[in-house]
Amino acid sequence: MSDTTRTMTLHVAVLAGLLALQFVLPAYHHGNLARVMVLASYAMGYNILFGYTGLLSLGHALFFAAGMYGMGLAVQHLGAGPLPALGAGLAAGVAVSAALGALALRTAGVAFMIVTLMFAQAGYLTVLYFGTWTRGDEGFVIAQAQRVLWGLDLSDPANRYFAALALFAACLLSVLWLVHSRFGRVLVAIRENEERTRMLGYDVFAHKLAAVILSGAMSALAGACYGLLFGYVGATFASVQYSIFPLLWVLLGGAGTVLGPLIGTLFMFYLIDLSSQVTTAYMLIAGVVLVALTLFAPQGLAGEVRARLWRWLP
Amino acid sequence: MSLLSTSGLSRHFAGLKAVEGVDFDLPEGQIRALIGPNGAGKTTFVGLLCGRIAPSAGRVIFGGRDISHLPAHRRINLGMAYTFQITSVFARLSVAENVALAARRRLRGRVRVDRAVRSALDRVGLGAFPRQDAGDLSYGHQRLLEIAMGLVQEPRLLILDEPTQGLADSEIADFKALIRDVSATATILLIEHNMSVVMETADMVTVMNFGRILAEGTPAEIHADPAVQTAYLGTG
Repeated sequence: MSDTTRTMTLHVAVLAGLLALQFVLPAYHHGNLARVMVLASYAMGYNILFGYTGLLSLGHALFFAAGMYGMGLAVQHLGAGPLPALGAGLAAGVAVSAALGALALRTAGVAFMIVTLMFAQAGYLTVLYFGTWTRGDEGFVIAQAQRVLWGLDLSDPANRYFAALALFAACLLSVLWLVHSRFGRVLVAIRENEERTRMLGYDVFAHKLAAVILSGAMSALAGACYGLLFGYVGATFASVQYSIFPLLWVLLGGAGTVLGPLIGTLFMFYLIDLSSQVTTAYMLIAGVVLVALTLFAPQGLAGEVRARLWRWLP
Repeated sequence: MSLLSTSGLSRHFAGLKAVEGVDFDLPEGQIRALIGPNGAGKTTFVGLLCGRIAPSAGRVIFGGRDISHLPAHRRINLGMAYTFQITSVFARLSVAENVALAARRRLRGRVRVDRAVRSALDRVGLGAFPRQDAGDLSYGHQRLLEIAMGLVQEPRLLILDEPTQGLADSEIADFKALIRDVSATATILLIEHNMSVVMETADMVTVMNFGRILAEGTPAEIHADPAVQTAYLGTG
């Protein structure tokens, strides 16, 4: 089997597996998995910038929230239907990431991390400041009647699962295409050796900016879908916590791998879920497991699989 | 016809005149060696040519066009290729992908890129290890990989910064042949310490010292120049 065939087989099998799970999972895990797929889409967006381009952002909550509020405010105040609302979320994500990229990419390394963090904090405070429209910390609910797309009620668990899977599949296939494209390979080259890439004649700034926008757009789409599928928009999703989550998920699952974000999100979700059933000090268990993983699998779960078993894993 | 020229090109680092008022002219098709003692300003000078370093003053003309204010990647797109003095390959990517990255800027389509990559690797003698990680190659082989990355761009001007450093004698002999072969299609500017390479490949030699051009001439003329001998030996 050629590497391309293997890659396609594996990823299509993962998608088919997720589709099949819809019919067998008990209600509780069924709901969880829908949530995980949307969050994993967010993590995949983060991974484009962090895993493939080598830019560590601490402000992705800004993009997630831009999508969520772009969608939510359009529904709440403009009476938009789900599809135009998702479009508004995506557009908000593209606009915000283009503006942030143009400014933050003037810096590099630690300065880039701090600038993205600060912009995200400014975004969070903006949400609180305009509390009249955003309802601040309290947030607002998107009514069931406003969540009907093409006659499908997205608040229904089965429909919601399919919608989450559709989003996840679209993001997964986009990333898969990206890493094999000329553009994606230049991003990896920038991650590996920026100066060399410049001296091969590539416009490094333009490529990085495009990566920020692509990453921001995918994160925003995930944010918009999250609000629409689970019916709630709130300022928590703009807080620093939601900037750290995708970093953790991607690190655990494997930065710069296509399946890493899904594995990391799933792992972390159930780690917290299971340990909280055992003890109230569940964050302690989660912490110990995270430390162990960073010590023994520094490349993340999918990263270790690639290093030890499947060298062809994209 | 002149492919590359500079006038009054200077670069100062906090009072240190690394390159000072250099007027340089390189005709199309020539192999030019750039030599000089350590610290003479050779690497800074080529850095100014390809845009890695911004000049303090002066102009760079390439192919009849003033490129003094173009960023490095635009200059590379005009047909310059630069190989680093300290090897700077993509260590965690395969040998073939290193060359493919250099090729893809110019070529579209997997088949054409693969063909160009194979031919460039064969030319430098690395055809046997396309799938190996570049970081696992020996130092000498990494130097050859750098050269392959330059060749595959099919540049009008190929700038090589100390390409034979770290190569074995047999590899140096191959390198000389390769340079003559490449010069059929490209102009070559070569920073080089190995005098046998300079004497046997260069059409003309430029000698730099203290950021200025000290002498220019054929290899034989330079060899006999007393000022050059003084600069190298450091005697009055």
